[in-house]
Amino acid sequence: MPDKPNPDRDLTAAVGAETDVARLGHSSPPPAHEQTADEDVDVVDWDRVAAMPEFGALLKAKAAFIVPASLFFVVYYFALPVLVGWFPELMEKRIGPVNLAYVFALSQFFMAWAVAFVYLRKAAKFDDQANAIIAQLGTPKGGQSK
Amino acid sequence: MNLILAAAASGAPVPSGFHFTPALGMFLGFVLVTLGITYWSARKSTGASNYFAAGRGITAWQNGLAVAGDYMSAASFLGIAGMIAFKGYDGFMYSVGWLVAYLTVLLVVAEPLRNAGKYTMADVLAYRLSPRPVRAMAALSTLTVSTFYMIAQMVGAGALVKLLLPGVGYEAAVAGVGVLMIVYVVFGGMLATTWVQIIKAILLMSGSLFLSVLVLKHFDYSFVKFFEAVGKVPVAGPDGVIVHKDFLKPGLIFGLEVTKGWGPVDLISLGLALVFGTAGLPHVLVRFYTVPDAKTARISVVWAMAIIGAFYIMTTFLGFGAATILTPANISVENMSAPLLAKALGGEIFFAFISAVAFATILAVVAGLTISASTSFAHDFYTNVLHHGTERAPGEEVRVARIAAFVVGAVAIFLAIKLQTINVAFLVGLAFAVAASANLPVIVLSLFWKRFNTDGAVWGLGVGLVGSIVLIILSPSVMDPSGKGLIHAAPWFPLKNPGIVSIPLGFLAAFIATLMSNDRRSETKFAELTVRANTGLGSEKATAH
Repeated sequence: MPDKPNPDRDLTAAVGAETDVARLGHSSPPPAHEQTADEDVDVVDWDRVAAMPEFGALLKAKAAFIVPASLFFVVYYFALPVLVGWFPELMEKRIGPVNLAYVFALSQFFMAWAVAFVYLRKAAKFDDQANAIIAQLGTPKGGQSK
Repeated sequence: MNLILAAAASGAPVPSGFHFTPALGMFLGFVLVTLGITYWSARKSTGASNYFAAGRGITAWQNGLAVAGDYMSAASFLGIAGMIAFKGYDGFMYSVGWLVAYLTVLLVVAEPLRNAGKYTMADVLAYRLSPRPVRAMAALSTLTVSTFYMIAQMVGAGALVKLLLPGVGYEAAVAGVGVLMIVYVVFGGMLATTWVQIIKAILLMSGSLFLSVLVLKHFDYSFVKFFEAVGKVPVAGPDGVIVHKDFLKPGLIFGLEVTKGWGPVDLISLGLALVFGTAGLPHVLVRFYTVPDAKTARISVVWAMAIIGAFYIMTTFLGFGAATILTPANISVENMSAPLLAKALGGEIFFAFISAVAFATILAVVAGLTISASTSFAHDFYTNVLHHGTERAPGEEVRVARIAAFVVGAVAIFLAIKLQTINVAFLVGLAFAVAASANLPVIVLSLFWKRFNTDGAVWGLGVGLVGSIVLIILSPSVMDPSGKGLIHAAPWFPLKNPGIVSIPLGFLAAFIATLMSNDRRSETKFAELTVRANTGLGSEKATAH
């Protein structure tokens, strides 16, 4: 066992390495990647980050997409059992070789893929915002993975 | 869902004696390959984060395939194809929710969970709430969901192998599936489980794709011809006279007439359980700890959605294909629709391949359930509840998890053999209902509501869990006057799916218990959780690349 464990070196793969267990004898905190969220509370000044205007902007931007997107997909999805269940005459209208009920059920798949695709593009921007916040903090110990 | 199990009860004629068939050969081939992977994983799986989370080194596409492999059960593959083959449109409508539910996973749960947790969903809850009561309840809920789901899968597996491999008995099939899943999980950990799921997903997709193409070829690659045939499927009427039915017409399963008015409500209730429950299924959630970071988790969900969606769209061809080419009268059991279609269009070898796919499907799902149950027991209950978050010896948590996996597997084999003749399909619905009514409310409130506290989490989990179980017991799935359920009596609750009642109940209990308690300690760490969940600061790093 080395005298000064280097927290960035991964020892997990070695059997019986100190990173193999969370804590032995409570003497020292576990290495960064083995800590649970509440063990490494002092890594970052969380309240400072939470108070940053950039962080507030990130939360707002996320909510501005995720809340309406979630409402949209829930309404779109539950419209299917509602329309098919209580308005069968409407849904049995023919469209080409199939009927409206089939087209609407099939469209659910494309709706889900479309929402996922739009979210991927939005999330790339959220990542940039988060990275800008992390950059402002310098490089904290046990910081963002990768 | 209940189709696989119907097969168990129907007792299709099974010739005695053991024959070496192509199907058996392909089963054995799959078993050999996966055992090889387990051997390779066992050499790499040392250390907790390797054992529980595959070293957090799984890539986005790998995890996407593994999520799909973890999620798409034999009930999806054979059950939905059979539902469409016998009931047409309603079976297809039923399949839609299984994909749409992933939007909740993508938009709400996957990234915060990966950023703020370690191995289980309880890590996120324990973060700003009092760890021991919350973890104890979360472990209870996780074990309940996993065990129920597993029993349903194992009973289905026994029935299915009996049909696909004449000569192999129910007990032998259940024991075989159980022993294999124990071997994967105990020796290979998350890495072996992941690769079993990836291989299964690839097999399932290629098998379905090939079968879909064969169906289209039968109709000269013309959608018009295909849907024309779907419009007049010959079905035997009550008096034995063949009538032609339009299988695109809704209503055969969930219609107002066939369900005495409750069908659409039941379908909405199921939809709620899917949309809220998928994001609370422990065996799906643990998959997001196997990737290096939240961004990879997000991309892996989109991969999974692409695969799962494509699969359910293909069930149209499998199901309607069986309905039009074979016609329901020529299919012995609903569940056999896809394999028999494969036999009719692709011959004995393709039948063997599709059978092996079904077998792989079951194994991948039960292995995922076993590892999530044993992880929750070892990490949440043993280490963090019994031992206050400290291991007493190096590697203890992994050792406990391995023992737990063995015990969970043994119990599942035992129960599946005991419950052989009972229709346990409602257990899948119950697993989703518990995940939606107990797990999801507390995950969401813990992440987004500052005031949320320990009492709220314990009551939310408790009421969601008990409420779902009680409502299922009172439902037509268990209380059936015709004698098909466990209790011979008229149901007290009209719906088979309790979600529409139990989910609001879970949220309400969490909400009221929070406000009734003066505990405000959880608020001090809300800022920290929010920063972690949204930036990935301080998240668990990958240990293997």
